[in-house]
Amino acid sequence: MPAVSKGDGMRGLAVFISDIRNCKSKEAEIKRINKELANIRSKFKGDKALDGYSKKKYVCKLLFIFLLGHDIDFGHMEAVNLLSSNKYTEKQIGYLFISVLVNSNSDLISLINNAIKNDLSSRNPTFMNLALHCIANVGSREMAEAFAAEVPRILVAGDTMDSVKQSAALCLLRLNRTSPDLVLMGEWTARVVHLLNDQHLGVVTAATSLITTLAQKSPEDFKTSVSLAVARLSRIVSSASTDLQDYTYYFVAAPWLSVKLLRLLQCYPPPEDGAIRGRLTECLETILNKAQEPPKSKKVQHSNAKNAVLFEAISLIIHHDSEPTLLVRACNQLGQFLQHRETNLRYLALESMCTLASSEFSHEAVKTHIETVINALKSERDVSVRQRAVDLLYAMCDRSNAKQIVAEMLSYLETADYSIREEIVLKVAILAEKYAVDYTWYVDTILNLIRFAGDYVSDEVWYRVIQIVINRDEVQGYAAKTVFEALQAPACHENLVKVGGYILGEFGNLIAGDSRSSPLIQFDLLHSKFHLCSVPTRALLLSAYIKFINLFPEVKGTIQEVLRSDSQLRNADVELQQRAVEYLRLSSIASTDILATVLEEMPPFPERESSILAKLKRKKGPGNLHPDLDENRKERSANGGTADHSSTTSNAKVLLLSCCLLIRMTHCFLIVTVTSPKVAASPTPSTDLLGLGSTITTQNSAPPASKGTSLLVDVFSENIAAFPVETPVAVGPVADENFSRFVCKNNGVLYENQLLQIGLKSEFRQNLGRMYVFFGNKTSTQFMNFAASVPADPTVDGGAQLQQILNIECMSDFVDAPVLNIQFRYGGTLQNVAVKLPITLNKFFQPTEMTSQDFFQRWKQLGAPQQEVQKIFKAKHSMDTEVTKAKIMGFGAALLDGVDPNPSNFVGAGVIHTKTTQVGCLLRLEPNTQAQMYRLTLRTSRDTVSQRLCDLLSEQF
Amino acid sequence: MQFMLLFSRQGKLRLQKWYVPLSDKEKKKITRELVQTVLARKPKMCSFLEWRDLKVVYKRYASLYFCCAIENQDNELITLEIIHRYVELLDKYFGSVCELDIIFNFEKAYFILDEFLLGGEAQDTSKKNVLKAIEQADLLQECCMTDTVSQSFSMV
Repeated sequence: MPAVSKGDGMRGLAVFISDIRNCKSKEAEIKRINKELANIRSKFKGDKALDGYSKKKYVCKLLFIFLLGHDIDFGHMEAVNLLSSNKYTEKQIGYLFISVLVNSNSDLISLINNAIKNDLSSRNPTFMNLALHCIANVGSREMAEAFAAEVPRILVAGDTMDSVKQSAALCLLRLNRTSPDLVLMGEWTARVVHLLNDQHLGVVTAATSLITTLAQKSPEDFKTSVSLAVARLSRIVSSASTDLQDYTYYFVAAPWLSVKLLRLLQCYPPPEDGAIRGRLTECLETILNKAQEPPKSKKVQHSNAKNAVLFEAISLIIHHDSEPTLLVRACNQLGQFLQHRETNLRYLALESMCTLASSEFSHEAVKTHIETVINALKSERDVSVRQRAVDLLYAMCDRSNAKQIVAEMLSYLETADYSIREEIVLKVAILAEKYAVDYTWYVDTILNLIRFAGDYVSDEVWYRVIQIVINRDEVQGYAAKTVFEALQAPACHENLVKVGGYILGEFGNLIAGDSRSSPLIQFDLLHSKFHLCSVPTRALLLSAYIKFINLFPEVKGTIQEVLRSDSQLRNADVELQQRAVEYLRLSSIASTDILATVLEEMPPFPERESSILAKLKRKKGPGNLHPDLDENRKERSANGGTADHSSTTSNAKVLLLSCCLLIRMTHCFLIVTVTSPKVAASPTPSTDLLGLGSTITTQNSAPPASKGTSLLVDVFSENIAAFPVETPVAVGPVADENFSRFVCKNNGVLYENQLLQIGLKSEFRQNLGRMYVFFGNKTSTQFMNFAASVPADPTVDGGAQLQQILNIECMSDFVDAPVLNIQFRYGGTLQNVAVKLPITLNKFFQPTEMTSQDFFQRWKQLGAPQQEVQKIFKAKHSMDTEVTKAKIMGFGAALLDGVDPNPSNFVGAGVIHTKTTQVGCLLRLEPNTQAQMYRLTLRTSRDTVSQRLCDLLSEQF
Repeated sequence: MQFMLLFSRQGKLRLQKWYVPLSDKEKKKITRELVQTVLARKPKMCSFLEWRDLKVVYKRYASLYFCCAIENQDNELITLEIIHRYVELLDKYFGSVCELDIIFNFEKAYFILDEFLLGGEAQDTSKKNVLKAIEQADLLQECCMTDTVSQSFSMV
């Protein structure tokens, strides 16, 4: 056993630590720990009062056990006792324990705060420091409430020792971070600023951190710190390396303080006062000059400290973005680092140059390093450095070098690490689009992307190439020819088949003149890929085939033959089967004119921001896209916010499978619709329907031709693929008036206003459900651009009804119901409706019959306090027994007769099914007709389920 | 700085200091994830990596990894030197510090860290001042024992 080196040896502790280290297995360790815990517990509970040393030793052992990763549920009181010991070491251990194992137990908090108060007013600097460290380490709201006013007083008091001032400054910084609302500016703020002038560099260091944090909160209050900071910085930068004694670190004068001062200055714009500004520029120049001097030491610490200051200075130069000479000098300096032998410096130079690239003054200077950066991409051994190189290439790209950069990125893609491929794909796609002078280059680039990294090409990327090809006549022929050639490869990626199917379906005619790509050859080529593809791609290909029938009447027979085959007409997949049936009927019944109208070329997409860019922003965090740090931070926190939100509510997974069916004709005039009806191979955009982070896939299918033939045209009034994936619009309040009505039933009217009625029919089985949503147009005018969260049929005719099917899967128990957003144009105005879909946890109930004996046995098993939730509430409706029974059954539980000894009570049982688990649920409802009250008790194996079911059911009576 | 972790090459956590409020569960998750990520990196790689929306700065000293998570606008190089200065302080205090010193005197390692860093920011960067504070405390204590050092950091 190694001996304890210094200070107070706690032999018992050392023995214990040795024992733990000698344990051969996890089990042995746990056994030894349990033995020790039992021992400590008995000592603490024993009659004999423990002396301070023993208490300290045991508390320290508990701390050790906790830090090993075990739970500790006692000893807090003993630790609090140590706080009031007058022996320093005992107090110190007490504070350490409290700092590490904060417990929001309110009794203890007030005791702890009391001890801290005593120490703060003790005037003993060591004790005061311990107390301040504790506040800073815990940093809880309770502590902020107790000490946010006291700490600033200590900080600025004239007689406070330097070391206490330092602790007080950083203690206040921590309180301001955790509870900024409690740290109020006041008379002390001006005096804090003057700490920048303090003699003691340690005090200045701590104060600078504090002022930087506070200046971010209220810049006006700390404006005067700018001139003081510049003065201080100037003195440090111009001092000889030995002037600052112990604050000189490996021949660099006060590197930490310099970095902090430069950081503080980044809270403000360039100083307006010419003299201060000049002095600052001088400082920055000196720092840049020093970078060129030969190193004073070969130690890495020397160069790190020196360069830390340099990089912070460059950050400030970029932040000011006003001195072209400094910006260019910074860029040249970073350029040198790009080839430095230290990996760390190369990494940081690449990172820092990214922000320089977006300044108009230095963009050109950054561009001169393109070869070096490309070389880094090819030769760096560390993937994180290569990633920085990709970022920088992206940032420095403009029209002049786009072709080179895109080509380099593409060729790197073939060997790139899997972890960064998707990001590179997105970046290439964005650059290719942004800087495309001629779109043939763009088409080639995207096809190459699919060829080199097909798996990493997300849907957004290939939707985008289709949008662009459709919108630009000049590239259509070239696109058709290129995809046709690309499809010749024996093995091509499914994404290529999708793009190929779509483009040939639309523009195959443009290359059909060439005998090498005659209609039949085109069709055979596409169809040769068919069997290897997934269902959504096959569905897309079927739509391409029907488009072929229109484009090339000569292959109609061949295609009809394919559609007619059993593998299509009787395909097990309902989507494929439906398309085959409908397309076959359509092709045999409709006249050429009707076909030509229905299957006309897609109209151009509305121009809008690329969805790929949005995706990259989401993926990357915006750090490398925008130079503006503040904006980044805002966006980042916004992103973080939504992510958190979705993680708590993303349990209801809704799969929107097939929408836009049946448009029921009720009026004859509907036959003549004004929109040009089209069918297209439909991409399958997946959109976050509910904003819940759940996965939703939509497939728009063509409707069945089940009505009279004369109505066919209208049946096909679809415009699916052309329908843009709208960005979510801000909607009004979510309608949920009828929500609770659906808790115990599955069908009915969910929403109604003057224009629109939404009806529901749903069925649930185990953890799955299907919901049919009917949108009825109550007016006699057409709704345009109709979208129900995801692309639906964009028109709903007057008096017509549109149906959507939602497939639902319950992943785990949940509270929040998904919201259906509906948007459409009626007359000239855009209408937004948001309705809460009545998908509640009880929908996934399977009733369970059981005997009275079983019931009570299980009831007892679920006896833990958190498993039971009880609610007593007043009846809102008449207390009719039959109605109550119907509601409980509608709720989903089995109603168990003769279980409860009191016949007027109701008991029920069932199992909630989620994808991962099943939760057994028992419920009991006791009506009291005299008092018009109910008592509802839920017991389930999961507390959240008990709570949710109780909330839902209690609303029903 | 958001937190600092010390762990061994075997992935055993030796010291943890959190400057942001997190639940125990979250802390354990972060630790597990980060220890794995850092241990998987090869020796010559750079000392910085992007992790979640933070930057991680780490350095290995003998058998111990020192690992700090800092915010996006924080300075990586100066953080590396924060780590080094802390190692120097430990070294000076224990006299050729090794992993065992930190295991057996974990409370001292925490005290030294508190004197150096508070609320995630450097409190005093002077080695003398920090050690003075610690040694003052030790003066109030009983005996000193001799120590046997099995394996010391190859540091400077």
